[in-house]
Amino acid sequence: MEVHDRLADTVRIEGARILATLVRTVGNLQVAEDAVQDAVVAALREWPRAGVPDQPRAWLTVTARRRAIDILRREAARAGKEREGADLMELSKPDLPPESTVRDDQLRLIFTCCHPALSPDARVALALRTLCGLSPTQIAAVLLSTEPAMAKRLTRTRQKIAAARIPYRVPPDAELPARLTPVCGVVHALYTAGHAPVAGESAVDVDVCAEAVRLARLLYDLLPDEAAPAAVLALLLLTDARRPARTDAAGEVVLLADQDRSRWDAGLIAEGCALLDASLRRTGGVADPYQLQAAVAAEHARAPSYPATDWAEIVRLYDLLLSVASTPNAALSRAVAVAEASGAAAGLAALEGLPPSARWHAVRAELLAREGRYAEAVSAVTESLAGEQTGPERRYRERRRAEWAARL
Amino acid sequence: MAQYLALTYTADVDWFAPPQAAELAEYRQFAKENEGSIRASAVLHPTSTATVVRVTGARGGDVVTADGPYAETKEALTGFYLIEAADLDEAVAIAARIPAAWNGAVEVRPVLAVK
Repeated sequence: MEVHDRLADTVRIEGARILATLVRTVGNLQVAEDAVQDAVVAALREWPRAGVPDQPRAWLTVTARRRAIDILRREAARAGKEREGADLMELSKPDLPPESTVRDDQLRLIFTCCHPALSPDARVALALRTLCGLSPTQIAAVLLSTEPAMAKRLTRTRQKIAAARIPYRVPPDAELPARLTPVCGVVHALYTAGHAPVAGESAVDVDVCAEAVRLARLLYDLLPDEAAPAAVLALLLLTDARRPARTDAAGEVVLLADQDRSRWDAGLIAEGCALLDASLRRTGGVADPYQLQAAVAAEHARAPSYPATDWAEIVRLYDLLLSVASTPNAALSRAVAVAEASGAAAGLAALEGLPPSARWHAVRAELLAREGRYAEAVSAVTESLAGEQTGPERRYRERRRAEWAARL
Repeated sequence: MAQYLALTYTADVDWFAPPQAAELAEYRQFAKENEGSIRASAVLHPTSTATVVRVTGARGGDVVTADGPYAETKEALTGFYLIEAADLDEAVAIAARIPAAWNGAVEVRPVLAVK
């Protein structure tokens, strides 16, 4: 089964690569997706039986192109006319496109599915489908939704792209920085979906965090001269470096304060810090939200221990982050940092006025407990348990409640 | 080339009255600078002049009219431009030059090609 999983992953990722060029050639996202899907299914059916072909990429490309021609012919016959925009000549060619063309096509696909005219939810779902090759069922599992809801969202998104004529192209250089913002947002949202899903146990059969890192690497590889891709990749690597220590053998949550830092991936940390420095050099030190978040992650990575972390610097970084991109999560993280830097009372003050959420209540509970106010802590963590959270989070908060209740 | 309707949502005023003269001049400037892309356009009277028409049941049924716009919105629908553009990015770039874009909002809707 593991061999098949690896094969499925390889075929899936190759399919996503081929899709990018096929969309341009066919001029229609749905047709291209269907053609690639058929080729992927055919590969997973035949290769385990007949062996992986010598040139798997060529096999998939030719198969997808043939399927695309079939689909287009069938549709043309039904509509009684030639489909406009399809380059049937190129579809009939047996040779693979040059690498430079593929890279351009990959960028086109990335910028199209992350177009600002699409809603953020639509962008994430479409990215998972077209850039990662996930099925609507897998996407539903990642985004904690249902397969019909995802299928409908994807259909509507493709309809919007077609009807509104969202162009399939890389934005001109002058527009690139602005257009990169939603792209980075999607990559970050993908990592968060894999790293800190809102609820449920991790039930997805695809490593979504790894997919997000792969996309971040691809984006950085395609646009090495832009600051934002480097910053997002830095943030993801620095966060991913801590993954081995984030859960214990039983899959339960291990807080940052308790993590065994020797299990952090030193290679990823070094790579992330170098990328952050490179990104800051590009922008002359003016920090964008991803650079700031990466800088916070770098501070944690540099600290030999939780108490030895430069909390004052982290508070400063969060202050900057909130001034350019205020989010409830960042404000919460800042309150935690304030508590570490200046004590629980200061942290509690920093929580005032922030919108209540499961995490807000949980943080408040921890700080109240630090002040010895156990009754209030129990009450606050009980509030947090009423909200949506993952299984490990829930069990952690229930354990804390029991510990504090025992001290009443 | 495709067509898009750019609907302008702005303050609900009489656009031909003197207080609006300066801003109206900006709209005229936009129209002049983009005349190659504009197929049609109009300024509408304020929403207080609007009438909503409904017919009860089916075609030919009782005609019921009500005073006012279809929807009460923060800004009012006050005009439109029918724009020709190659794709959404171009349509958005044109729409971004309409004064309503910074003094309200512009909705850009693709027009279904009718043969």
